[in-house]
Amino acid sequence: MTDPSLHPAAEAAAARPRTLFDKIWDAHTVKTLEDGRDLLFVDRHILQETTSAQAFENLARAGRKVRHPDLTVATQDHIVSTRPGRDEDTNPGGRELLGLMRTNTAANGIRHFGVDDPRQGIVHVMGPETGFALPGCLLTCGDSHTSTVGGLGAVGLGVGTSEVEHVLATQTLAMARPLTMRVTFNGVPGPGVSAKDLILHMIGELGFASGRGCAVEYAGPAIRALPVEGRLTVCNMSIEFGARLGLIAPDEATIDYVRGREFAPTGGAFDRAVAEWLRLHSDSDARFGRDFTIDCWRIAPQVTWGTSPQDVAGVDKAVPDPARFADAKRRELAAAALRYMGLEPGMPLEGIPIDVAFIGSCTNARLSDLIAAAAVARGRKVAPNVRALVVPGSMSVKRDAEALGLHRVFLDAGFEWRDAGCSMCVSINEDVVPPGARCMATSNRNFENRQGPRSRTHLASPAMVAAAAIRGRITDVRKETAA
Amino acid sequence: MRTPLSTVSGVLAVLPETNVNTDAIIPSAWLRTAKADLARGLFGARRFDEDGRERPGFVLNQGPFRTAKFLLSGENFGCGSSREAAVWALAQFGIRCVFAPSFADIFYENAFRNGVLAGIVDEATGAALAAAVERHCDAPDFTVDLPAGVIVDPDGHRHAFTVPPHRAAALIRGDDDIDLTLRHLDDIDGYFSAAKRDRDWLYTPTTDTRRQTP
Ligand code: SF4
Repeated sequence: MTDPSLHPAAEAAAARPRTLFDKIWDAHTVKTLEDGRDLLFVDRHILQETTSAQAFENLARAGRKVRHPDLTVATQDHIVSTRPGRDEDTNPGGRELLGLMRTNTAANGIRHFGVDDPRQGIVHVMGPETGFALPGCLLTCGDSHTSTVGGLGAVGLGVGTSEVEHVLATQTLAMARPLTMRVTFNGVPGPGVSAKDLILHMIGELGFASGRGCAVEYAGPAIRALPVEGRLTVCNMSIEFGARLGLIAPDEATIDYVRGREFAPTGGAFDRAVAEWLRLHSDSDARFGRDFTIDCWRIAPQVTWGTSPQDVAGVDKAVPDPARFADAKRRELAAAALRYMGLEPGMPLEGIPIDVAFIGSCTNARLSDLIAAAAVARGRKVAPNVRALVVPGSMSVKRDAEALGLHRVFLDAGFEWRDAGCSMCVSINEDVVPPGARCMATSNRNFENRQGPRSRTHLASPAMVAAAAIRGRITDVRKETAA
Repeated sequence: MRTPLSTVSGVLAVLPETNVNTDAIIPSAWLRTAKADLARGLFGARRFDEDGRERPGFVLNQGPFRTAKFLLSGENFGCGSSREAAVWALAQFGIRCVFAPSFADIFYENAFRNGVLAGIVDEATGAALAAAVERHCDAPDFTVDLPAGVIVDPDGHRHAFTVPPHRAAALIRGDDDIDLTLRHLDDIDGYFSAAKRDRDWLYTPTTDTRRQTP
C-alpha cells in the first residue's frame, strides 16, 4: 500500500536505508540550494569569545538582527584566566574580547554564561552538561571541536566566524552534504585504556586526513560500552583526522545522561523526545561511503611522539625511526617532528622526562576524566621538577569534583586546581608552556608552538598524564595501577 | 556584496609544505584582540623570530614575495583549528588566491566566504608552477583567470586549477551568503513552524530560572 500523499521521490527516500547521520541531516534540511548545498536549520548555537566579536560587528554594520536569540547561548572559555577566583580582568590580555562578548550578547538578548555564571565552561563541555545540546539536534559553534556533541547523537558542526554571523542572522547554515564513514570498534579494551586511547589509536591507524569531508559514525561494542563522557571524548577528536563531524547513536545511557539537565525537556516533552531519540540509529542495511574496523583487544595506553595526532604509539613502544615509514612524505614529516620534539629514533617512550603536566580541555576535563586522574594521583606527590595543572572543563565539573573531594587529592599531590577554561590547550590566556619545555597533555592538538612558542606536546589520557606528573616522565599507567 | 574576484595579476609565492595548519598561518597570540594587525601576524612564528625580527629564510620575507597575491602550498592546507582569522590574515596581507592539492574543510569554506579563492591544483601542476616561480624569481608575475580556471605563468603557459562552478560564480559576482540565504526566508520560517509542531521538545530551551546559581 502506498500513501497517496507521498511524492514518489519522497517515498523512495523514506524507503532507502539511511545512516544515523542521514536521518539527522535530512530532518534539518530546509531545502537544497541551486548550487547543490543544503540549507540546514540550526537548532542550537553556542558562542565563544574568540570567534564571535567580528560576527556581531558585521551584523551591526549590515543592520541585521539576531533571528532567534533564544536558540543561542554564549560562554567565555578560550581567553579567560583560570586562576582560582578569577574575573574578567584577571587576564588583562583577555579583557577586550571578554567585554565584547558580554556587551554583544546583552545587546542582542542572548544568554551569556560568563566567568561570573555557575555554568561557565568550555563550550563543548558546557553544551552537553547543561542539556542545551540534545540528541538528534543540529548544533553549530564557531569552534572546530563542535563535533564533541556527537557523543550524544547530535550533529555538531564547527564553523568559522562568517558562518557564526550567518547562523545569527538566519538560524541556518548552507553546507554541502558530507560523505559518510563508519568506524566499528570491536573487542574489549584492557585496563588503563580509555576513550582517549581508542581515538588516538584509531587516528594513528587510519591517518590524520582519513576523515576529510566525512561525517563519521563510531559504532561497535567498545563504543557502546563507553559512558557518555567517553563518547564525547571520541567524537571530540574526529577533527584530528580531518572529519567534518563524528557521532554515536543515542541509547539508554544517553537518555540517562540527558534526563534532568537544565535545558533538557521535561515531563511529556521528554518522553516524546526519547521516543524520537531511540529511532536515531543507522538502518541495518545502510551503506557507508567508507567502513573501517578497529580491534580494541591489543590497544595499549597511547602517547604521541610527534607534531601531528597521527604520530602516536602505545606507551610500551619506542620512538619510531622515520626511515621505516614506507611513504616518502611521511618520512620527511616524521623526521621534522622528531627534530622539533627533541627525540631520537628508538628511544623508549616510557621514561622521557617531562616539565609540565596538563589535565584539561574539551577532550578530557569532565568529571570522569578527573576521577581517572585522581585515582592515579591519590596519596602521591607530583615530581619536584614538574608543573602540574588540573583545569576542569566547566565550573560545574569543578563543583562536582570538589563534592567528591578530588580537589584535595590534587592539591595534596601538588597539582594546581584551577578554574574552568581552555587554558594550556590553546595557550591564549596566561597558561603557557615555556619555550622548549615538554608537556604531557590531555588535550587534542600537538602542533608545533600550540602550547606556546617551541612548546613540545605529548597527548595522552588523563590517567597517563597524572602518572607522568607523579613520575616526572612518561609512564605506563598500567604499571601504576597494578602497584 | 564582497569585492568581486575575476582576473588578477600578481606575485605567486611558494610554501612547499604539506599540512600547513591554521596555528602556523595565524598564531594564537594574534587572536587576543578584535583589532589585531593580522597582516603582520600572517605566518607570525615563521616570519619573525622571538624578538620580532624577520627570518630571512621565510619566503614572504624575500624580494618580490613580500607583496605576493597568490600562494601555492602542499596537501591539506589550512588544517587544524577553525579560526577564520587564518583567512583574514591571508586576505589582509594581500593574498587573493591560495592553491594546493587539497584543503582542510573548514579553511576551504572560510576562504570562499571571505572572497579568497582556494583553487585545487594537482601535484604535477603544483610542480610546474613552482618551477615557473623558480625561473622568474626576480619577477614572478602570474595572472589568475578565474572565469577560465587557469593560472598564466610569466612565460604565458596556462595551468589549470579546479574550483566548483558555483563557488567560482559566487566569487566573480561578489555574492554575500547571508543576502542569498535571506531570499529563502519564507522556506526557513515554514520549516521552523512545522519543526516546532513535530518536535515541540526541541525548541524551548528557555528554562533559565529552573536551576539558577547553586
Ligand atoms: S579546550 Fe582546546 S580544543 Fe577545546 S575548545 Fe578550547 S581551545 Fe579548542
